[in-house]
Amino acid sequence: MSEPEAALLPREPKPGSTVFAVPWHAEALGIANALIQSGMYSQVEWANALAAEIRRFAVAAEPDTEETYYQAVLAALERLVGEKSPETGGSLVTRVEAWRRAYLNTPHGQPVTLAAATGPAADH
Amino acid sequence: MSEDHSGRIGAIHRELHSHLPSAPELRVKALESLLVEKGLLDPNTVDAWIEVYTEQIGPKRGAEVVARAWTDPAFRDRLFADGTAGITELGFEGWAGGHLRVVPNTPAVHNLVVCTLCSCYPHAVLGIPPNWYKTAAYRSRAVRDPRGVIAEFGDAIPDDVEVRVWDSTAEVRYLVLPERPAGTEDWDVARLARLVTRNSMIGTERDLGRLVGRG
Repeated sequence: MSEPEAALLPREPKPGSTVFAVPWHAEALGIANALIQSGMYSQVEWANALAAEIRRFAVAAEPDTEETYYQAVLAALERLVGEKSPETGGSLVTRVEAWRRAYLNTPHGQPVTLAAATGPAADH
Repeated sequence: MSEDHSGRIGAIHRELHSHLPSAPELRVKALESLLVEKGLLDPNTVDAWIEVYTEQIGPKRGAEVVARAWTDPAFRDRLFADGTAGITELGFEGWAGGHLRVVPNTPAVHNLVVCTLCSCYPHAVLGIPPNWYKTAAYRSRAVRDPRGVIAEFGDAIPDDVEVRVWDSTAEVRYLVLPERPAGTEDWDVARLARLVTRNSMIGTERDLGRLVGRG
C-alpha cells in the first residue's frame, strides 16, 4: 500500500516530461490534497482509497500508465467525496451532464458557464 | 440512415465539438464546481498546490526557449518557421498539445494569448496554466480590452504599439517571444532565462527591462 504522503505526490514523471501530462491530472490531485487540508478526509483514508482504486484498475488489466494512475485518482476522489458528502456525490452525474451541455451550447469565442447548460444555444 | 452516412455525421459532430472536454475532464469540473458551491473546497488551495508542482518544470522550459531565441538567430528562425520543431530541438516535445506557434513582440507590436473557450495553453513549455488564465473574466476581457487587461497586470502598452490577441485552440497554441531587454548584451542563456517570466510568454507582461538589475 502507498505511504500516505506518497499518495499525495504527482506520479514520478518520465525524464524530460512535464510533471502533469494534462491539466486534469493536476486538478484531480490538487482537489484530493485540498480536501485533506480542509479535513473532509484524512491522508490515510485518501491513501487507502487510492490504493484500492489502483488495485481495481490493475485487476481489470488496465495498462500501467500515467493515464490509468490518474483515472484511479479520480475514481478514488469521487468515491471518498460520495462517502463524506452524499449530497455532492449524488449530484455528480447530473453536474457532469450539465457541463457537457454547456460546452456543446457555447460557440467558440464565448466563455463556457453552467448557465449555458439549460439556455438555448447561443448565436454565433 | 445508412451506416456510412451516420459515420460521417458523427465525424462532423466530433469536429464541431472538438473543444468538448474529455470525460475525466468533465468529471473533475463537475466535482470541483459542486464542492466549491457547497463551500467544501477553496479553489485557491488547489491552485497553490498545482503551482508548487508546475513551477518546477513549467515556465522554465519556455524561458529557456526564449533565451535561446534571443541569443541564436538561426534557432530563432527555425522556431518561427515551426515552433513545435523548435522546442523539440531542446527536448521539450511534451505531449500531444497541438501545434506551437511563436509570436514575437517588437517595438511596434505586442502579443497577448488567450483561450476564449477553455484553457488551451502551450503546456509543453509553460506547464499548467495559472488560474486567472482559465477564468471567464480573462477569457472574455483579453479579446474585448487587451490593453486594459495588460494594464491591470502592471504594464501600459503605448498607443502607438499594436496589440494582437491570439486565441488558442486545441490545434494551435501560442507562445509570446518577449523583447530582449537592453543591457543584457553579454549575458549567457542561463542568465537570460532567469529574466523571462511566465506572464511575459503569455503576453500579460511586456517590459522585462525592470528585472535586468536583479539578473
